[in-house]
Amino acid sequence: MEVTTGIPVTYDVQAVRKQFPILSREVKGHPLIYLDNAATTQKPQAVVDSLLHYYTYYNANIHRGIHTLAEEATAAYEATRDAVKAFINAAVREEIIFTRGTTESINLVAYTWGMANVKAGDEIIVSGMEHHSNTVPWQLVCERNGARLRVIPVNEQGELDMEVFHSLLSEKTKLVSLVHVSNALGTINPVSEVIAAAHKAGALVMLDGAQSTVHMDIDVQALDCDFFACSSHKVYGPTGVGVLYGKKALLEAMPVFQGGGEMIREVTFEKTTYNELPYKFEAGTPNIADTIAFKAAIDYVTELGRARIRRHEDDLLQYATGLISDLDGVQIIGQAKEKTSVLSFIVKNAHPQDLGILLDNKGIAVRTGHHCAQPLMDRFCIPGTVRASFALYNTREEVDQLAKALKKAISLLS
Amino acid sequence: MSNEKSIRETELEIIDEFALFDSWDDKYEYIIDLGKKLPPLAAVHKTDDNKVRGCQSTVWLAASYRDGRVYFEADSDAVIVKGLISMLIRVLSGRTPDEILEAPLDFIKEIGMTTHLAQTRSNGLLSMVKQMKNYALAFKIKTP
Repeated sequence: MEVTTGIPVTYDVQAVRKQFPILSREVKGHPLIYLDNAATTQKPQAVVDSLLHYYTYYNANIHRGIHTLAEEATAAYEATRDAVKAFINAAVREEIIFTRGTTESINLVAYTWGMANVKAGDEIIVSGMEHHSNTVPWQLVCERNGARLRVIPVNEQGELDMEVFHSLLSEKTKLVSLVHVSNALGTINPVSEVIAAAHKAGALVMLDGAQSTVHMDIDVQALDCDFFACSSHKVYGPTGVGVLYGKKALLEAMPVFQGGGEMIREVTFEKTTYNELPYKFEAGTPNIADTIAFKAAIDYVTELGRARIRRHEDDLLQYATGLISDLDGVQIIGQAKEKTSVLSFIVKNAHPQDLGILLDNKGIAVRTGHHCAQPLMDRFCIPGTVRASFALYNTREEVDQLAKALKKAISLLS
Repeated sequence: MSNEKSIRETELEIIDEFALFDSWDDKYEYIIDLGKKLPPLAAVHKTDDNKVRGCQSTVWLAASYRDGRVYFEADSDAVIVKGLISMLIRVLSGRTPDEILEAPLDFIKEIGMTTHLAQTRSNGLLSMVKQMKNYALAFKIKTP
């Protein structure tokens, strides 16, 4: 099979694999083939080492201690903020808020900016390919404030119907909250066009970057999005750490989210004044260790280069798409022109769950089900798909194994 | 038809059958075969009320009560789940409510299903067992 995007000679996938200790384990007597990367990625040794080093050498609570450990921990925690700022090219470090994950980042905007600014009769636009995390918070805002949720439909290829999107925009539109890359299909949405059109209509734009940040260079200033959310654990970092980027003026004007320590300046029972950005939105002791280790992941990905990683992943996607779509009864769900390395498919007369169990029996980890995108599955009239998602450490040999195991599973089930 | 063998005797039969297989491939092939052979559930029973929660696939479970015994029929859109249901029906259908309620169902563990199926899927299997026991309890309470 011909591949148009060759792996650069400098990309040594075997050397990359050596950095990920988990990849040498076995599952059910077979070498692990991990293809559930859109759910969470595995962690390089540098991330594991960073966690271990923190807990064995300088564990302390941050920001207020004056002792050495507290100073070291604070410096490391804030160094991650600087690394994230550079990673997504925010203008200033105050625009980077740490959360528990993308879901909490979206909820933060919904419960602060959304509840304060979305009024009765206003409209919020999402798309038909959102993760539930970028639908439910806005439904809650709409229900409470009497606003209306509008949905950009998805076409047969798994792309947004942009004509309808433009027709949905009006002076009533307060916000467009859109997934940058679909978790279920891999579709890369035309966010620049969306942002320009939404701003022209006077609406803000929030991007759910949970799936995009790991595959593409992100430049929030060039994108000109108003909010951007992503998660550490999908970028080879630890779980439990998320990022909310917001334009500084917006973040400053927004009401606070949770109250507690860290986010205050002065507290009396009569009146409390709040801390400045970014601490205003970071109540309580944060997830210090995982946030610090997130920097090791960012450094790792930056050193390899997201453009080079993407070429490798695109090669795997093309190779896998060719092999898998040749199998009996397979239908690929999501054939957008612009895709990240997600291969979602269904097989005639075989339930995704059965396929997932039989692949797992061969040590192959894929995701099956609705991928927290039930409206999207309804759009395609299917209960769910099998999703193989490829990362920087996957190989063509693993794709071969997937195709082989899948072929056997299909013959068993049919 | 009531079941002449005890629950434990039926479980031991299944355990013996599984002991014949050397590999998990063979065990799955057998479970898939059981699933394919399970008679389909009549459309009237495929209602939302009969759906079992906790499964990634859709499972319908219907029960009837005759002469002091509970009879189960079930179906699923996933064939491995159907195979597992088929075994549960073989063990539990045609029993008295008390027999069903007291059954520890150790065979699931003994044929390696709880350890082999991931937690999420095991929960689906456990939901089915729980639903079968709920039916038994309901019939027991309804008929003094």
